[in-house]
Amino acid sequence: MLKIENLHASIEGKEILKGINLEINEGEVHAIMGPNGSGKSTLASVIVGRDYVQITDGRILYDGEDITKWSPEERALKGVFLGFQYPVEIPGVSMVNFLRAAINEQRKYRGEEPISPSEFLRIMREKKNLVGIDSALTNRSVNEGFSGGEKKKNEIFQMAMLEPRLAILDETDSGLDIDALRTVAQGVNALKRPDNATIVITHYQRLLNYIVPDFVHVLYKGKILKSSGKELALELEEKGYDWLQDDNGNGGI
Amino acid sequence: MGKEVLRNKTPELTRMVLDRFEKTGTSVKTGLLPAVKIMQQKGREAFLTYGIPGYKNEKYRFTPVQKYFEKNIPPLMVPRNRNFKLDDIFRCDIPTLNTFMHVVLNGFYFEETSSLGKMEDGIRIGGLRQAMKEMPGLVSKYLNLAAGESTDGLVALNAAFATDGFFIYVPDNVVMEKPVQVVNIVNDNQSDLVQYRNLIVLGKNSEARIVVCDHTLSEYESLSNSVTEVFMDREARLDMTRLQNENNNATNITHTFIRQEARTLLNNNHISLHGGHIRNNLDIVLVGSHAKSHANGLFLMDHDQHVDNHVFVSHAAPECFSNQLYKGVLNNNATGVFSGKILVEKGAQKTEAYQVNKNILLTDTAKMNSKPQLEIYADDVKCTHGATVGQLDEEAMFYLRSRGIRENDARLMLMYAFAHDVVRKIRIEVLQDRITELVEKRLKGDIPKCHTCLVNYS
Ligand SMILES: Nc1ncnc2c1ncn2[C@@H]1O[C@H](COP(=O)(O)OP(=O)(O)O)[C@@H](O)[C@H]1O
Ligand SMILES: [Mg+2]
Repeated sequence: MLKIENLHASIEGKEILKGINLEINEGEVHAIMGPNGSGKSTLASVIVGRDYVQITDGRILYDGEDITKWSPEERALKGVFLGFQYPVEIPGVSMVNFLRAAINEQRKYRGEEPISPSEFLRIMREKKNLVGIDSALTNRSVNEGFSGGEKKKNEIFQMAMLEPRLAILDETDSGLDIDALRTVAQGVNALKRPDNATIVITHYQRLLNYIVPDFVHVLYKGKILKSSGKELALELEEKGYDWLQDDNGNGGI
Repeated sequence: MGKEVLRNKTPELTRMVLDRFEKTGTSVKTGLLPAVKIMQQKGREAFLTYGIPGYKNEKYRFTPVQKYFEKNIPPLMVPRNRNFKLDDIFRCDIPTLNTFMHVVLNGFYFEETSSLGKMEDGIRIGGLRQAMKEMPGLVSKYLNLAAGESTDGLVALNAAFATDGFFIYVPDNVVMEKPVQVVNIVNDNQSDLVQYRNLIVLGKNSEARIVVCDHTLSEYESLSNSVTEVFMDREARLDMTRLQNENNNATNITHTFIRQEARTLLNNNHISLHGGHIRNNLDIVLVGSHAKSHANGLFLMDHDQHVDNHVFVSHAAPECFSNQLYKGVLNNNATGVFSGKILVEKGAQKTEAYQVNKNILLTDTAKMNSKPQLEIYADDVKCTHGATVGQLDEEAMFYLRSRGIRENDARLMLMYAFAHDVVRKIRIEVLQDRITELVEKRLKGDIPKCHTCLVNYS
């Protein structure tokens, strides 16, 4: 589904991603771990098409097509979704209008009629229950005045509404207490299908107790130092990142 | 006001304008109230003293009033071209507001002959000229009471020559159930300089909701210089919305003076949707304690349009509250100005006064000048102000696009949201809905015709 080849990317001339290779197939859950500043969010940003990150080399293939020139909305309509690490507040844009617009864009893209008000309400109700988001929040402006945890839940709620093929969840666990974490993880698991995939970005192992990854990658200073099965997460939890070294003997914190 | 303002810097232009008015003459020389005669005399003198604001006039620095008057547009002193049915040129269908629609055409109340509308509870609405005849005591007491103190030559010019406009009186303890709508129309087959004068008097503990629409239907160049005075007696409540939807050949200068006695509540909304050159002066004085004043404004300008909002809120009594919220979106080469002043006088302790001005520039060539000014002479005061000039929030844009919303739609969503902040302050629900619609059309780039209004704005 997603194939990243030798991806180099910079922000304002500073190279942040230094040759990433990653392959994700349908039905898989991948975890990307790594200390702060290693480039996890930058990687997520390039996949969804943020223009302040410049790709200097390599490519991103999605279903075999190079998507590096695609607009963010094209990527979204083809099923790529990012749960933001820092969801932005948008005063004056109501959750309802925002979600309806997003869903109708999807439907238009698929050549379908706009969603009916009753159908929309029904789906909203269903998905709200799924992720355990407070009902009142959807009457507000997008993320406005939401607590840190509510913002994260709102990202998963949007994921549930939009049912992406490839969901990237950037530190969705930070700011959530254990109960909220559990509900959110249950929501994510419930959305899992044989034909979709999830990338979970985190720097704690905690979330991975609930969302069990098939693969764990360690991103460090813009490179993937190690890829392995889920046991890697536990190892990292125990030993930290110090013991990891790349082929050139780089690494360590 | 500094001494600077007091000297007439455009003596020749001022003289020329005065001559032009005096040569054109007025239909009303006889039967004027002594108070009106005094106003006219005082106005003439003040006009000669202060003159047409020149290019260096600090108050009009960014709005070239001198240029407007140098065009020598002839003043319209008597009503003309009124032999048509109003319905044929203009219809406004803001629902439920229709009941009390009043029209001022080229500065003259349209139903000139009819008497003031009399409604139950003693509410009186109609033309100012008619009010001079029917309520001479009240008109004499209030007319020019606030505007007469101004050192603005344009206010003086209006006092010297304007003879008509609309008049609204709500007696003590009366709540006007339905909103009143006043539509100012400029429509003629030639260029006109129009001047009109409006007076609103609200008795103690009374309540009114007023919608004023400024429309220019004429294709000819027009210059309008109007003065509105509003007097709110103790505990009066007023919700007033002025909607400006004019064509590119229209220059509209408005002066609004509002005087608030103790425990009054004002909600004033100024929506400039379209227009060539717009200058709005709003002058609010909180005369009595515990008065509350909200001055909200929204302006949406494009191409070579210009809008200048000059707001002055004076706290002359203790424990009053005021808030100014002005937002603007400027496209193409449009220019905007916001100059908001808060004055807290010495005795005005426990004042709360706030001001926010936010602007979005959609192009590199649009320009905004924002100038907050605080003058505080009391020590127990809560006062803040903030101004921003920027583009649409990039983060928010990306967030919306990352959910599949097209760039253009995302931009519109953010602009609606930005504007809605002001529109939602309008307390008349149907009007709020209509203005929301007009604002959305405007931001989309459609011509914001007021629904069934039959005339094109170009
Ligand atoms: N918008 C930005 N402008 C400049 N530098 C940035 C920006 N975003 C991230 N960076 C830099 O890129 C590097 C990687 O950051 P990030 O991808 O956020 O790491 P992580 O998500 O792993 O904590 C850091 O050095 C950070 O300072
Ligand atoms: Mg990050």
